[in-house]
Amino acid sequence: MPAQVIQSNSTPFQNVTVDPVTLDIIENALRNARSEMDAVLFRTAMSPGIREQHDAFPMIANHEGKMVVGQFGSFFWGFQQGYSGTIEEGDVFLTNDPYTCNGAVSHLNDWLMMMPIYIDGRLVAWSAMFGHMTDIGGKVPGSLPTDAAQVFEEGIQIPPVKIIRNGELNTEILELILRNCRLPEWNRSDFNAIVAALRLAERRVLEMASRFGVEELVAAMVEMLDRNKRAMGAILNMVVPENKQYFEDYIDDDGMGMGPYKVSCAMWREGEKVIFDFEGTDPQSISSVNFLLNEEMFKMFLGAFFINLFDPQILFNDGFYDLVDVRIPRGSILKPIRPAALSSRTHMLGRIFDIMSGLLGQGSPDALCAAGFSDSPHFMYSGYDKNGEWYQLYQIGFGGIPGRPAGDGPDGHSLWPAFTNVPNEFLEAYFPLRIVTYETIPDSGGPGLHRGGNGLSMGYQFLEPGEISIHDDRWLTHPWGVNGGLPGQRSNKLMVRADGKNEWMKSKCDRIKVSAGDTLYFNTWGGGGWGDPLERDAEKVSLDVQRELVSVEGAQRYGVVLQSDLSVDESATANLRRQMSSERGKVDLFNFGGTVEELKARCKADTTLEPPRTPVFQKWVTRSAGEAAG
Amino acid sequence: MSKDSRKSTEWFDAQLRKAKDDFTELTRGGPDLRSREPAKRPIERESKPFESPAKTDTTQAREAIPVTPSRAEEARHQPSTTARGNQGTRESKRPIAAERSQVSRSPATGQSGYRLGADVGGTFTDILLIEEASGRSFTAKVPSTPQDSSIGVLNGIERVCDQAGVSLADISHVMHGTTVATNTVLTASGARVGLVTTKGYKQVLQIARSYVPGGLGGWVIFNKSEPLAPLELTIEADERIGAKGEIVQPLDEKALKQSLTALSQQGIEALTVSLMNAYANGSHEERVRQIADSIFPGIPISISSEVVPEMYEYERTETTVVNSYIRPVVSTYIENLEAELNRRMGGMQLHILRSDGGLASAQAAKEAPVNLLMSGPAGGVSGAVWMARQAGYTDLLTFDMGGTSTDVALIQNGVAQTRRETRVADVTVRSSSIDVRSVGAGGGSIAYVPELTKALRVGPQSAGAEPGPAAYGMGGTEPTVTDANVVLGYLPAGAKLGGDMDMDADRAEAAVETIGKAMGLSTHDSAEGIVKIVNENMFGALRLVSVEQGFDPRDFALVAFGGAGPLHANALGKLMNSWPVIIPPGPGVLCAYGDATTRVRDEASRTFVRRFSETSHAETLGILQELASSAAATLDAEGVARSDQSTVYQVDLRYAGQGMRLTVEVLPEEFETGGLEELGNRFDAMHEQLFTFALDTERELYTLRALVQGRESAAEAQELASGNGNPSAAKYAQSKVYYDGQHHDAIIFDRALLKAGDRVSGPAIVTEMDSTTLVLPGCTGEVDPVGNLLIRLD
Repeated sequence: MPAQVIQSNSTPFQNVTVDPVTLDIIENALRNARSEMDAVLFRTAMSPGIREQHDAFPMIANHEGKMVVGQFGSFFWGFQQGYSGTIEEGDVFLTNDPYTCNGAVSHLNDWLMMMPIYIDGRLVAWSAMFGHMTDIGGKVPGSLPTDAAQVFEEGIQIPPVKIIRNGELNTEILELILRNCRLPEWNRSDFNAIVAALRLAERRVLEMASRFGVEELVAAMVEMLDRNKRAMGAILNMVVPENKQYFEDYIDDDGMGMGPYKVSCAMWREGEKVIFDFEGTDPQSISSVNFLLNEEMFKMFLGAFFINLFDPQILFNDGFYDLVDVRIPRGSILKPIRPAALSSRTHMLGRIFDIMSGLLGQGSPDALCAAGFSDSPHFMYSGYDKNGEWYQLYQIGFGGIPGRPAGDGPDGHSLWPAFTNVPNEFLEAYFPLRIVTYETIPDSGGPGLHRGGNGLSMGYQFLEPGEISIHDDRWLTHPWGVNGGLPGQRSNKLMVRADGKNEWMKSKCDRIKVSAGDTLYFNTWGGGGWGDPLERDAEKVSLDVQRELVSVEGAQRYGVVLQSDLSVDESATANLRRQMSSERGKVDLFNFGGTVEELKARCKADTTLEPPRTPVFQKWVTRSAGEAAG
Repeated sequence: MSKDSRKSTEWFDAQLRKAKDDFTELTRGGPDLRSREPAKRPIERESKPFESPAKTDTTQAREAIPVTPSRAEEARHQPSTTARGNQGTRESKRPIAAERSQVSRSPATGQSGYRLGADVGGTFTDILLIEEASGRSFTAKVPSTPQDSSIGVLNGIERVCDQAGVSLADISHVMHGTTVATNTVLTASGARVGLVTTKGYKQVLQIARSYVPGGLGGWVIFNKSEPLAPLELTIEADERIGAKGEIVQPLDEKALKQSLTALSQQGIEALTVSLMNAYANGSHEERVRQIADSIFPGIPISISSEVVPEMYEYERTETTVVNSYIRPVVSTYIENLEAELNRRMGGMQLHILRSDGGLASAQAAKEAPVNLLMSGPAGGVSGAVWMARQAGYTDLLTFDMGGTSTDVALIQNGVAQTRRETRVADVTVRSSSIDVRSVGAGGGSIAYVPELTKALRVGPQSAGAEPGPAAYGMGGTEPTVTDANVVLGYLPAGAKLGGDMDMDADRAEAAVETIGKAMGLSTHDSAEGIVKIVNENMFGALRLVSVEQGFDPRDFALVAFGGAGPLHANALGKLMNSWPVIIPPGPGVLCAYGDATTRVRDEASRTFVRRFSETSHAETLGILQELASSAAATLDAEGVARSDQSTVYQVDLRYAGQGMRLTVEVLPEEFETGGLEELGNRFDAMHEQLFTFALDTERELYTLRALVQGRESAAEAQELASGNGNPSAAKYAQSKVYYDGQHHDAIIFDRALLKAGDRVSGPAIVTEMDSTTLVLPGCTGEVDPVGNLLIRLD
């Protein structure tokens, strides 16, 4: 039974008309409130993941729980379906359990907190925020065990609870939870920071209500949703064709030696409604790479992508959700069945953006982006230092933004909004390690008229014995290029042991022992190229070579020949380009750098690693997937 | 940047284009300068020509006017700041000096020295001369000389001395706020900078913080700007220093020499050295500088451990690179000015206003110009603070609205909040500046209604100077905030107040009507909508410095300046509930007051990351005292007596594990007695004020800083003659304004004719040479003894 909202005043909201100027003012005020929530959180949170890398997302929703401002919202429907208690004034809810909120959050590390905002006994709005906790217990530090077969191995599960009831913190529950975490002070501080952000949003909403009137505020939020619906409706109508488009992409392995896992998606429009159907997607994995994708969450990704591509002026919110129908087969890797493990869902989550690029761009190749840094790979390092103190680092990697219609992809940047790297001087001051290299990898960005961004090479030299984890992807399949652009270079991880021995590390592994003096080179992947590299201004290629972003040999992939002073050899370049142009034959819309079979066949030679085995799915999963499809 | 990226990128590109145009125009000495809207607020310190029905009275210009009996005359005789055409130059060649002292016009006795403030704006250069002993002041306004702004300064100085009967040699200190540093960044006209990094860190600026602005999917449209030290001019030094300052690997000098020699073929104009962990140990950087000195003779070298000895390699490198980038241009400017001043007045000391509102010696300014990026706004804020204090207010929100953007700052107890971060366009550096926040909202901001959402948006795109608002009749057709103000009658179209500047009301209406059509509103309601939205944007900026920092705006007065500030100030006072709204007279002089009345100061700081349990009171105090004496030495060298110096310790701290730091200020004697405990208590209180909670977690020191400043100089504002409270003598015309959905009758007053004590009841409009003030219905403006207009709710 869904949650029951308790209001001491059940007067329905009047259908007031808000004049357009007031509406814009309220919109502005809500946007401000949202950025203020961010500001408070980043300044007071303690875990580097939230504080430095900004892995946390605020939102404000209307009384029905529809996100009005925010960028990673849309939790409420799932939450209210999964929670059977009451929602009352003074409550703050906490959950991290994807299975009881229909994937509103998608792994246990993300703590979602929600607060209903009441005025005169009526629920008028919600504020909510979730943030990634560095550790929530479970079998490995960082709580993201690749080899988990069940969610029980991934840390403490918190179904929706009233962590604050009637304004009173339930300290017993909080302490119980913290008792299960390796770095309880970080969790406690981050928890406090999120509560502070929620309360701030509440204060702002109350101020707005007293300034504009409650009825006006509520009506304005509804109108802001409608505005978005109208604008998105126009875009969808313009961009999504009625005939079916289809695209598929992969995550490369599950950390248990099997892969790649395919995600298939078809898209078409029926009247004003756009349908995304994931029929054909592989069944769920036996490891933790499953991504419980909430349908609303997918709509949100879609909206963000479209708005940025077509008109960033549009306020991004839930308003257009009725216009989109998302179908995800149950039991698939995007809708796994409990108790499937979920912690390492980051790869599939990121890959969704490549899939959207590939799907949406087919209808309008000019708006098509290449495959990018569609992930946030993790690096973890923990142990006891010389003084016997526990240290634990969790870090997100950055890579190549793809070539896009807008231009070259930046080198070593982030796919996710607000994420920033952790300064290396900070790392060296607080963890027993030294970053010996921090540079982008020449030639790793896919050549194109617009070059894909380079991947990043980060060399971690360990100063204390400890254990590390690596969670990465795109080591087998390439970040594809488009419109003639070539694929980007794949990721790899090289461990240079203190004794000089080299080991190529698997893309996903946990509990790897390291000794003082070992150095791990964590090399991320480059973005795919966009457009014909033979048409790129040769001077730009020369400059990239002078900057060591592209090598002299790499320049030849653009058909550019350089002289010894790295200036362009005009005639040799013209010749080479002519020759390459005639030899290459027909240029496809996508360049995947080979089929999965071909990539597997040359995997060992290319990467020194064994190719993953084709996934074998458990019977019960295939059966329930089949039932859902049937 | 929190704005969505396409918006801000476009906006920024437009700014940059315009700044470049303006700069070209400036360097050419083009004829039409006074009509150009400045590129971006930081470079427009002139009286913004935007909102001013200007005055010209070319026939009666006199050389010097005693202000007391007739401010009207002074104002009347100031040259035009009209926004149209180039007619301005013809009368502006006649400089005016006006004594601003109540005492008399008699020449000063010259018993004590004089200090002088010089503010260079795009149109005018304002000079303020203060007699140190008496505080008497004199002002002069001369045209700016964009080819070489020092000429204008010198003209002004001669003029003011001439009029005051003061010998140039009696001037002991010249205080100068400059926008040269800012302009160099805005117009991308800085030096070709080479960079030396630690091996493995060559791309530190290329990677930056990996941040992509613009929200989910923002990467689709984000294009990153080029680093100020290009990668092809970056070399690596094989060396390594550890996080505790230990030398992990000594510097490979031989390899370095080779790389530097190769770099020397590239024609660089400035060099930056920024090595890993140099904040903890600068010895390698110093050695690199020594070596580079011999290979690059005469090329300025900035090293990060000196410019900003703080943790975080990207921020430290970027800051030091920006320092290098602007250094040649800024040093040349200061050197020329200093040489010329010395030639004429010998033995004078030149000080440059820093971003943080303090003064730097000419030498310090040349070496660390990165501290001057906000010198311009700092002058305006300091001047506003000074004028407001004359009216008895020390807790202030300053509100400086120009053509393209608005700057706001919070002042508590007469002291501006500062922050350890300065931003100019998309360049962010670690350097203290007055915490001025900017929003892209100004008189030229364009209103539009996007097709898809039908929402009303204002800015950040600006009509700029060309074509400018439609009301300027220079070909602009897009509706701007200025046009809305004209439609509403706030900027009186027909009021030719001693000037020949017309606002073209028809064009303004036609432009605003397009909004009305798109939204289904009347033209007047659309205009009011535009004004409300732009006010809301600025309200957001004011909230950022007040509410969001835990301050209640009701405890603050709002001081408005800038060409458009006084038009919108009353409305913002209502939104903020900040009273009174203070409109000081004349923006140009305001900045010169700011320049002239600030104090010499210097600071020394050190990153010292220690939990409280890892250090002691004695150790911390020892370092602070060391820093204080190092900063005091700078003031000693300036000739500031120890008895005139005051010291404050600033400590950045946080809860161990947090990323942010809060700066807690403590007096030396307070720290000596209270120690770390006192520091911790203040930090807890501050944390609670800002974030509503404090933690039990252990506290951690981060940066120790000692700030030493000189005595505040005496200066008096000139007083107005008292009136009887009735402003009717200043009535200029009868007009109508549209407010809150209704037409109202309103009187237009000539500010120059208002007397102390006069009360102007809203709705009313008060015009003066370089700005126009709107007093709203239900409010009254009262003229205080020094000429501020104080607006309050009835």
